[in-house]
Amino acid sequence: MPNMQAKKTPMPTRDPLERAHDFEEVTVGYTDKMALSEAERCLNCKNRPCVSGCPVGISIPEFIAKVREGDVQAAYRIIARSSSLPAVCGRVCPQETQCEKNCVRGVRGEPVAIGRLERYVADRHSELSGEQGEQEKKPEVNGRRVAVVGSGPAGLACAGELAKRGYDVTVYEALHVPGGVLSYGIPEFRLPKRIVQDEVEQLKSLGVNIQTNTVIGRTFTVDELFEMGFEAVFIGSGAGLPRFMGIPGEQFKGVFSANEFLTRVNLMKAYLESSATPIAKGKKVAVVGGGNVAMDAARTALRLGAQKVYIIYRRGMEELPARKEEVEHAMEEGVEFRLLQNPVEILCHCGQPDQRGQSERTERLKERDSRNGWVRAIRCVRMELGEPDEQGRRKPAAIPGSEFDTEVDTVIMAIGTSPNPLIAQTTTGLETNRRGCIVVREHTAQTVRNSVYAGGDAVTGAATVILAMGAGKKAAEEIDRELKKK
Amino acid sequence: MNRIVKKEILNSTVTSMEILAPAVAKKARAGQFVILRVDEMGERIPLTVAGCDREAGTVRIIFQIVGASTMLLNTKVPGEFIEDFVGPLGKPTCTRGMRRVLVVGGGVGCAIALPIAEELYRQGCTVDTVVGFRRAELVILKKEFETVSSSFTLMTDDGSTGRKGLVTERVREILEESKNYDCVFAIGPLVMMKFVVSTVKPFGVPVTVSMNPIMIDGTGMCGCCRLTVGGELKFACVDGPDFDGYLVDFDEAISRSEQYLCEEARAREKERAREETCNLLKMEVH
Repeated sequence: MPNMQAKKTPMPTRDPLERAHDFEEVTVGYTDKMALSEAERCLNCKNRPCVSGCPVGISIPEFIAKVREGDVQAAYRIIARSSSLPAVCGRVCPQETQCEKNCVRGVRGEPVAIGRLERYVADRHSELSGEQGEQEKKPEVNGRRVAVVGSGPAGLACAGELAKRGYDVTVYEALHVPGGVLSYGIPEFRLPKRIVQDEVEQLKSLGVNIQTNTVIGRTFTVDELFEMGFEAVFIGSGAGLPRFMGIPGEQFKGVFSANEFLTRVNLMKAYLESSATPIAKGKKVAVVGGGNVAMDAARTALRLGAQKVYIIYRRGMEELPARKEEVEHAMEEGVEFRLLQNPVEILCHCGQPDQRGQSERTERLKERDSRNGWVRAIRCVRMELGEPDEQGRRKPAAIPGSEFDTEVDTVIMAIGTSPNPLIAQTTTGLETNRRGCIVVREHTAQTVRNSVYAGGDAVTGAATVILAMGAGKKAAEEIDRELKKK
Repeated sequence: MNRIVKKEILNSTVTSMEILAPAVAKKARAGQFVILRVDEMGERIPLTVAGCDREAGTVRIIFQIVGASTMLLNTKVPGEFIEDFVGPLGKPTCTRGMRRVLVVGGGVGCAIALPIAEELYRQGCTVDTVVGFRRAELVILKKEFETVSSSFTLMTDDGSTGRKGLVTERVREILEESKNYDCVFAIGPLVMMKFVVSTVKPFGVPVTVSMNPIMIDGTGMCGCCRLTVGGELKFACVDGPDFDGYLVDFDEAISRSEQYLCEEARAREKERAREETCNLLKMEVH
């Protein structure tokens, strides 16, 4: 008899007042009992609507059935058939717009907590494997070499899949730590870095070679990778180039891209006293944007000791693109949502938005006031939502004359990123579209250049971990098919 | 991990090191930079490549001891390792087709100017060089510049060696004699570059400047190194570090370069205190 409770089994979560001051993980994860009870909410529908909502098509009812039977390892094997990073995706996937959106239980009440169950399975699997010393069998090697550029979700998934098929894979990472956005972007309190390390270690145990501190396009070009004996190259260099609004004052001191702010904290560990990397600890912080990155930046600013943190977003609550859970967590922790507002200018101490070309007088003022040139306030205009556009999103329009200032000392821009231009700039025979995305043949990961594949944000522009992972895995299958022909 | 193979103290605050990094040495060209981390908790420090030995696989870096991280780097000796070393980053300096140039270096910026002068000299270009320092003890790389320059002027602020005055004075003289230069390369403190640009402007000679703003990743990710160039947003790490001097908004760059001054000062004090305790410990032992 299924559990007919209308609501999801609640996720044990740390007290907002406590967690808003440290970088420990916010959610604690299901116990065996909770997982069992939640698994019993699944009706095991014949037509499996949830599966069609999953970008990588995980056999969701089947893995949940194994949880119900108490066989976590079997459940893990089912997920692992389709997903390379279950512990990551269980934590960061926007389930409410994917699998859970289609869940029949969602019609009357809440859908089955598929994401929480995925996380439970992945975490329990890792504990059990640790206890039992279970090692994945090293696949038989075929001696053929494939290079993977970037060690984010796309690269890791591609490398893992290729290694399982016997290829000799080398992953090149520009930074000193592998993981891409999982390491530099998503904060510790949402995705503990040990989980990313575990995934990387698992790849290494499959024989994948990971070369950090190597920038493809600079240290080696794609052409040189082929000269070095690689038979195929997968590009998963992500969408890391931050965008700015182009409004006056964006170059003032105290204005950061979310990437800079988060990289300093996550990758460089600037929140630790022992780290040599400095970080601006603003007291009143405005974060511009409504996506997951904006939530991450806002919650990080709180944890660094900010008294006030505002999310400034030009649409309404309904339109926030961030995961629902992140929005809820941010609100519980005290982030203030300033919706239907859009920044038009950033103001600095000394009043003027721009002191270029000013005289000696400014120089003298500068000496007097060390805050000179630092952010003082953000000027926003109120917005209203118009008719839905072709994608069904209501277009915001500024209300003339509604400008007003909010006092802040730090502004963080989290309005999106573009693909990293380095590979496209330095590789011959690649095509990019007008947004800088690498062009691939429809429904494939093949670029216009032979034996060069691409996937993830480098192709789609900024998207989700699971889509990137799916693309990496698919590329691996295509590479395998092509190389087998040779 | 990369091994330090050679260390040379150039003056009281500037050190030269050669680091074993064959892949970087093979690729690096004048104007490009590397990013290094001294130890596991270290910050990423961008440093311009001052030269490399492709056969030995070493890259030369020259750094000024300005903050905690460079203080720590300066304590390392040959045979020891640094944690990370990545590069070459940025676009190489464009030197193609140039026949006569003026290279202007200021202070530790001379470390960046030198490989550019060397590269141009190798191409058979006539190189006139003007370098400036605050005073005699701070002069670096004099011999190296002399080797590749057809004319060489050394300036100091106080006249303790060479000619007394600022580099801009000599630049004006040279251009008054002849404007027949393909390019002026100006590398040094932001203020110096700003004034070299305004000095050269009336003569209509192109000016290339090398910008080294604050950076983290150096691959176009953090947006920390952003500059306004010709009214457009540019990232020094992927679009530079060289830019058309006439188009760079120097005042903005100067302001942005001060962003972490307070944090840096605090870190420096901590590092100094740490060093002093170490020295005290040493004294007790002896």
